Amino acid sequence: MSIEQSYIELYKERHAELKKPCADVLNAGRDDAFNRFESLGFPTTRNEDYLYTDLGKPFSVDYGLNLNRLYIPVAFRCDVPSINGYLYYVVNDSFYTTQQQPVLPEGVIICGLNEAAQKYPELVAKYYNRQAAKAKTATMAFNEAFVQDGFFMYVPKGVVLPKPVQLVDIMRADVDFMANSRNLVIIEEGAKAQLLECAHTQDPVQFLCNRVTEVFVGENASFEYYSLENTHNKTTNISSLLVKQEASSNVLINAVTLHNGLTRNNVQVDLDGENAEVLLCGMAIGDKNQQVDNFTLINHNTPHCRSRELFKYVLDDSAVGAFVGKIYVAPGAQKTEALMTNKNLCATSTAKMRAKPQLEIYADDVKCSHGATVGQLDEAALFYMRSRGISVKEAKLLLKFAFAADVIENIRIDALKDRIHLLVEKRFRGELSKCAGCVICQ
Amino acid sequence: MLTIKNLHANINGKEILRGINLQVNEGEVHAIMGPNGSGKSTLSAVLTGNPLFTVTEGEVIFNGKNLLEMAPEDRSREGIFLSFQYPVEIPGVSMTNFMRTAINEHRKYKGMDPISASDFLKLMREKKEFVELDSKLANRSVNEGFSGGEKKRNEIFQMAMLDPKLSILDETDSGLDIDALRIVASGVNKLKTDHNACIVITHYQRLLDYIKPDIVHVLYKGQIVKTAGPELALELEDRGYDWIKQEIDAQ
Repeated sequence: MSIEQSYIELYKERHAELKKPCADVLNAGRDDAFNRFESLGFPTTRNEDYLYTDLGKPFSVDYGLNLNRLYIPVAFRCDVPSINGYLYYVVNDSFYTTQQQPVLPEGVIICGLNEAAQKYPELVAKYYNRQAAKAKTATMAFNEAFVQDGFFMYVPKGVVLPKPVQLVDIMRADVDFMANSRNLVIIEEGAKAQLLECAHTQDPVQFLCNRVTEVFVGENASFEYYSLENTHNKTTNISSLLVKQEASSNVLINAVTLHNGLTRNNVQVDLDGENAEVLLCGMAIGDKNQQVDNFTLINHNTPHCRSRELFKYVLDDSAVGAFVGKIYVAPGAQKTEALMTNKNLCATSTAKMRAKPQLEIYADDVKCSHGATVGQLDEAALFYMRSRGISVKEAKLLLKFAFAADVIENIRIDALKDRIHLLVEKRFRGELSKCAGCVICQ
Repeated sequence: MLTIKNLHANINGKEILRGINLQVNEGEVHAIMGPNGSGKSTLSAVLTGNPLFTVTEGEVIFNGKNLLEMAPEDRSREGIFLSFQYPVEIPGVSMTNFMRTAINEHRKYKGMDPISASDFLKLMREKKEFVELDSKLANRSVNEGFSGGEKKRNEIFQMAMLDPKLSILDETDSGLDIDALRIVASGVNKLKTDHNACIVITHYQRLLDYIKPDIVHVLYKGQIVKTAGPELALELEDRGYDWIKQEIDAQ
C-alpha cells in the first residue's frame, strides 16, 4: 500500500468524524482539497520544487491524529518569555484557552480558527483559503482536507496593536503524532501588528506538523511576522506561509530555524498593490543530521513594489540545507525593486548546502538582483584570532555568530532581538535549553 | 627569553628557513633585515604557529618551554605577540567583543576570573590613547574598512591590550606615512620595559630611526648571515644588500 493510500482510506472512513466538530467554513472545501491531494500525492524529489527534500518519507510513519478534539493538558514555558506580549497557545493543532485571556484593543479578535469560523463565518469565509487555493501543493491540500483548528487573528481598520502577539505552538503527545494546523491573520487597512510564533516539541516521539498560515495585509497596513522554530530532531515541520499585500503595505518576515529535525518552509508573498514593500529574512542553524529547506516565492504583481530577501545558513556536522528563492515580476510591474541574497556557511566538509536563486522578469524597467554564496570558515581570520590567544572553539563561535548577525539585526522588537541573540549564541555553544533536557537530541 | 636553534621550516615542501639561530634576552630590541624572499615573514609565522608552515628541524625555547609544541593560542597566552604585516579583516566581529574574548582567554589561562565590564572599558580607553585610535573603533568590526595606517595602529593597540613578553613586528612600517609611522613607533617605545623584548622585521632603516634596535641581523636564504650593532642597519641603507649577497654566495 502506498503512503498516500493509508491517508486516503483514513479520510474515506472517517471524514464525517473529522467534519463533525468543525464550522461549515472549514468543511466547505474539504472534499475538493482531499481530491486534489489524492491526485497529487506527496511530493518526492522527482518533483522540481522538492528536489532537495523528500516529503513522502516523513508521512510514512504511523502517526496518531486527534480527530475527536480530545483536550490535551500541557505545562510549558517558551524560550522567549520576555517580550511581554499578548500570549496564546496552540497545542498540536488545537487553540488552547488559558484562564486569563489578554485584554485586546476594541475590535481586535484573537481566538481559535474553528471558534472564529463559528462566531464570525462571513469574516472568515471572506479570507479563508483565498491564498492557499492559489498555491496548489499537495501538503497544503492535505492540510485543508484534515484541518480542524488553529489560530485566528483579526486587526480591524486603523487599529494599532500596542504590544506584540506571541503564539506558542507546542507539539505534545505520548505516541507519534501528526497535526494539521491552520493560521489565519487579517490586518485591515491602516492597521499595525506584530506576531511572534514559536514552535516547540515537548515529548520524545516523532512529530509531523503540517501548518498553513494565511496572512492578508490591507492598504497602508503594517505587519511583522517572526517565526522561531526550536523543535527536536525527530520532528518534521512543514510550514507554508502565504502573504497577500495591498497597496503601500509594509511586511517584515523573519524566520529563524534554531533547532529542528526536518524542516520545509514554503513562503509565498504576493505584492498586489502599488508601493507595497516586503523584507523577507531567514536564518537556519543546522548540525547533526538536521535538514532545512526554505522555498520562497515573491510575486511582484503590480508596479512600484519593493522586496528584499536575506537568508543565511550555518551548517555543521552533516547538516543539509537548501534555499530556493524565486522573484517573479509580472508583465507591467514596472519600477520593481527586488534584491535577493543567500549566504551560507558550511563549517565542516560533510555539511551540504544547495542554493537556487531565481529571477523571472516580464517587465523592462526594473531593478532586480540575486546572489548566493557557499563558503567555509575563514582560515586566515581563525589564525588571526588564535594568535591573540582565542581558542579554536571560541574563534569559530565568533565567526559563526558574526555571520548570522545581520539577520538578527532585522528584528524590530528589541526584547526579541536580545533574546534571539542569546539563543543563537547558546545554540552555537551547544547549550541550548532544548538539548539540555531533551533525550532525543543528546 | 627566546632561543632558536637550527630552525628549518618549509611551506608546501619548499624549504624557506634553513637553520636559524637566534638568542633574544629580556630588555632587548632585535631588528631582522634582509632582501625580499629571505624568510623574514616565515620566521614570524613559524614563531606564532601558523599552520601553513611545517617545521622540519630545530627547536625554539621560550621562557623554558618548547614553543613548537604549543598551539598558536597558547603561544599568545604565554606572551608572544605578532603584529601582522597584513592584518585580517573579520566582518561582523566587533573590536570590543574580539578584545574582550582575547583578554578573558589570557586571564583564564592564568587562572584569573573574567575582566569586569568597567575595567575592560577603562583598559580599552587607556590603550587606545597609546596609538591615537579613534574611539569609535570599539563598535567597528575587526579591521573592516580600516585604512592601512589604522590597521597597523590597531595591531599596536592589541599589543598594548595583551601586554606580551615578546613582540614580533612584521613590517609594521609598510604602508605607513610618516605621521602614522611616528605614532606606531612611539606606541611600541612606550610599551618597552626591561622585562619584555621585541623583534622588528623591516626592509628599511626608516623605522629603526624611531625604534632603536640593540642588535641587527641580516637574514638571507633562510639563514642569519650577519649580526652586528645598530650601525649595520645604516650601512645596509647606504650600500643595499648586494655586498652581503656576494659575500655569502662566494662562500
